[in-house]
Amino acid sequence: MPAMLSRKMGNNSFIVTAELAPPRGSDMSAFLRMAAFVAPHVDAINVTDNQGANMRMTPLTAAALLVREGIEPIMQITCRDRNRLALQSDLLGAAAMGIHNILALTGDHITCGDHRQGRAVFDLDSVLLIQTIQGLNEGRDINGKPLDGSTMFFVGAAAAPEVEPFIVTRPKLAKKAIAGARFFQTQAVFDPQRLTTFCATVEPLGVKVIAGILVLRSAKMAEYINRNIPGLKIPAAVVERLANSPDPAAEGLRIATELAVRCRDICHGVHLMAMGRDEVVPAIAAALK
Amino acid sequence: MIVSTRKPLDQILPALEGGSRVFIIGCAKCATVCKTGGEEEVFRMQEELTAAGKEVTGTIIIDETCHMLRTGRDLRSRKEQVDEADFLLVLSCGAGIQSVAEASDKKIVAGSDTKFLGNIRRFGQFEQRCSLCGDCRLNDTGGVCPVTVCPKGMLNGPCGGMEDGNCEVDSNNRCVWVTIYERLERQGRVENLDRATPTRDFSHKRHPHNLKLEK
Repeated sequence: MPAMLSRKMGNNSFIVTAELAPPRGSDMSAFLRMAAFVAPHVDAINVTDNQGANMRMTPLTAAALLVREGIEPIMQITCRDRNRLALQSDLLGAAAMGIHNILALTGDHITCGDHRQGRAVFDLDSVLLIQTIQGLNEGRDINGKPLDGSTMFFVGAAAAPEVEPFIVTRPKLAKKAIAGARFFQTQAVFDPQRLTTFCATVEPLGVKVIAGILVLRSAKMAEYINRNIPGLKIPAAVVERLANSPDPAAEGLRIATELAVRCRDICHGVHLMAMGRDEVVPAIAAALK
Repeated sequence: MIVSTRKPLDQILPALEGGSRVFIIGCAKCATVCKTGGEEEVFRMQEELTAAGKEVTGTIIIDETCHMLRTGRDLRSRKEQVDEADFLLVLSCGAGIQSVAEASDKKIVAGSDTKFLGNIRRFGQFEQRCSLCGDCRLNDTGGVCPVTVCPKGMLNGPCGGMEDGNCEVDSNNRCVWVTIYERLERQGRVENLDRATPTRDFSHKRHPHNLKLEK
C-alpha cells in the first residue's frame, strides 16, 4: 500500500485525519465499519494505543487490518506498556504489515486508566522512541546492531500548543524534530491566535502541524473532559457556548467546523477527534473542501 | 532515610496464626524517625497484640536493624525471650526484617511496608527525591531528579499531561520539568535541555546489588 500521507504532506496538501480506538474485545466489525465510513473523507486514521491507559486491542493489529482494507493508518504507539524490546519488535511487525505512519507518544500514566494496579514501563520516552524509530529507518536497532531490512516509517509526535507554561515544552518539541518527527498532531486547540503563535514558534523545526480539533457534544462532556483527561483544557467560553445552545451537539459541530476552517490559513492540517460521533467527520471534511 | 509504614493489625494477625507467643523487634534508626518501629510503636504493638489474645515474650529496639551482625548479637542477648516466642515480629524496613531472618530460624513476621528512600522535610514529613537508579543524571537536570519526581521518569521534558505547570498524575504536584526549567533558567543554562538525553541503562537496576569496598 502506498504511503500517501507523507507524499501529501510533502505536496503541502491540507491534511485531514481522524482517530479510532480499537475494540475492547476481539470483535472488529464495528471498528472496521466506522473506519470504512470515515476513510473516504480523511487522509489517514489514527489508531490509538490503550488510550487514556484503558485496555483495548493492540493498535498493531487494528492498524494492520486497516491496511488490508486499503485504509491508511497512523499507528499510535506509547512507551507506557512496552520496554525497548517490545517497542522495536512491534514496530518491525508494523513495518512488515505495511504500516507506514507512526505517532510516537510517551502515553498517559497508568493511573489515568482502568488498570491502575499495573506496572507502567516508560523505559523510553517519546523523544527516545522517535530516535529509535529513526534508527530502524536507517537499518539499525537501538544498540546500533544492523537489521535484516530497514523500516520506512513516517513519524509524528504530539504537541500541546495551548499548554501552560508553553516555554517549558519548547526544548522537547525541538528534540522531537531533531530525532526525526516530521509532523505534530496536536492536543485539542481552541484558540486560533495561540495556534498561530505555536506554528510560528515551531516553523524553524520544519515540522508540519496538524491541529487537534475536538468535537464536543455538550457542556457536560466538556466539563467531564476538563476534570478527567490529562492535558486537555476546554476554555470557559466554549463550555458556555455549548451550555447556552438549544442544540448543544449541533453547536459542538459548529464550533469544531469553524475552527477547522480557520486552521486552513494557520497550519498544515486538522486531526478530528469526534469522540465517538464519527458521522460528524464527513460534515467537517466537506466544509474544508 | 528509609521510609516505612506500619501494616494494619488485620494484616499482621493472619501471619501470626498457629502460635500465640510473639517477640517484637523495633529499630532505633529510620523506623523510629518515621514512627514505624520506635519505642512508642513497639509498645503500642505489644498492647494491640495482647488485646488480640497474644502473649508478648519480650521486645527490643535494635540500634540499626539493617546491621546484620549487630542484629544477631542483640537477639542472642535476649536468647530466652526469643526462644520462647513462636514468631519474631519486626517493625523496621525490609532490610532490617531480613537481618532478623538471617539471625534466627524463628518464623519472621513483617509488621511494616517499606516505601522509599526519603528526604525529611520536617518532623513526620518525608519526600522521595532519589529512587536509587544507579545512573545519576542530576548533573544534566539542575540537581533535580526527573527519574524520581516525575511519575513517568521523563528524561527529555514534560509529558503532554502537564496542566498549568502541574502533574497529570497528581495535580497538587508541580511538574518536575517546570522546576528543572526554572532552575536552569535562573542559572543561565537552559540550553542544557536542547540535547536529547541518552536512554537509561537499567542494567544498573539489576538486583540484588552488593558492594564491597576495597581495603
